Amino acid sequence: MATNFFEILISGIFVGGVAGYLGSLMLSKKMTIVVDPLSHLALPGVALALIFGKDISLGAFLFLFFGAILIWFFEQKTKLPTETIIAILFTVSLAITFLFLSEHEIEEALVGDISKIGKIESLIIVLISLFVFFLIQKIYPKLTLISISEDLAMAEKIDLRKYQFLYLLSISAIVALGVKFVGGLLVAGLTALPAASAKNLSKNLKTFRLLSSLFGIISAIFGVFLFQKTNFPAGPMIIVVGFLFFIISTILKK
Amino acid sequence: MAETILKVENLNVKLDNELIICNLSFEVKRGEVLTILGPNGAGKTVLLKTLLGIFPFEGKIEWKKGIKIGYVPQRVPFVKDFPISIEEFFKLKTKDEKEIREVLKLVGFNESFLKKNLGELSSGQYQRILVAWALIGNPDVLLFDEPTTGIDISGQESIYQLLERLKKEKNLTILLVTHDLSVVFKFSDYVICLNKCPICQGKPKEVVTPESLSKLYGQEIKFYEHYHGH
Repeated sequence: MATNFFEILISGIFVGGVAGYLGSLMLSKKMTIVVDPLSHLALPGVALALIFGKDISLGAFLFLFFGAILIWFFEQKTKLPTETIIAILFTVSLAITFLFLSEHEIEEALVGDISKIGKIESLIIVLISLFVFFLIQKIYPKLTLISISEDLAMAEKIDLRKYQFLYLLSISAIVALGVKFVGGLLVAGLTALPAASAKNLSKNLKTFRLLSSLFGIISAIFGVFLFQKTNFPAGPMIIVVGFLFFIISTILKK
Repeated sequence: MAETILKVENLNVKLDNELIICNLSFEVKRGEVLTILGPNGAGKTVLLKTLLGIFPFEGKIEWKKGIKIGYVPQRVPFVKDFPISIEEFFKLKTKDEKEIREVLKLVGFNESFLKKNLGELSSGQYQRILVAWALIGNPDVLLFDEPTTGIDISGQESIYQLLERLKKEKNLTILLVTHDLSVVFKFSDYVICLNKCPICQGKPKEVVTPESLSKLYGQEIKFYEHYHGH
């Protein structure tokens, strides 16, 4: 039994739950397209943080934010499709990871390492998760309207850019926390998987939000317990459990 | 004489350096129905959105102070498979459950509809829901983009009956984008024929002629016949 099992579990529950909740905002294709590539950009951030001996979440957070600007810049300048730019940035970040990191660090960057989470880290993780939770709670109705129809939202005098910025901020924060658990490669799954499973089973927003958060929490709990029992890394475990839920929800979908 | 609630002078709208609307001036009085007629790409939708304050413009758009505007967009994409109930959709705009039930009743739905999923609706029902949504907050003016799009004949009839009734009950002023001539003649007090620049404007019976229509659409024969059909 790891000495910090309790801290890992609590942190996992919070990050998993809020990541799932955030995932339920990715109703429209446009929003999903933003999150997936962004989370891939966490990887170079993690790599840089490891090179300089800083906290990987901090590195990921800064790089995510910087990454969004980078994508925007390349898009404006080259007029290439977003997917192409993402693919370029993603492969480069993988290349940098392999070039500069030791074998153990590569593993940490790619699939996460929760063994380092202590009391203070878990406290910070819980606080940031709570902050993001309340932030999402606040922007949820307006962002939902923006997803349904930007025209309706603009007619309501909603400042699209403000809400998209807050959304980006929430994603950056949660993805940055998520890399500790599942690493830079798998972090997109923390938000996407619970939301996809929940969507299969939901007819209204209330159920959708609730189930998405719940799937995030349960995946994290299972993942952490399986890690404890088997000593496989927790990150891939969390994602695999999430995928099982997705399969089940797809079978149950009416 | 009814009060003027909207005054537009020398309106020019440019998007991505392309002139979409040129030199448009008109006035709308309270209780009037104004239709905007024109071919696809004529700037009709852009005009509504500009009046809503979504697009930048040159010239003058002057709404009477304190006027409340409801907007029914032409298409609201991506609603199938969207896990949201009708009640939740309304609650994005107001927390007042009584008002939600009222607007729902106004467009002819009962409360049992609230629990339905937005994606389950037919396009006609969906348009009524959007009208109800626009009616929240008790607007003075309704901007309505292409009510007939994608609706069957019986549905088409009833959406105009609905608008007529709403106009009477709520003393609404209505600005309506359409390319349906019968709507212009039956329903509106004033028409603007728009193809980037205004081709004709005034009372429908006076200004909508075969000549102005052929100028508007550039397809004389087809629309001449259509015109005589009504």
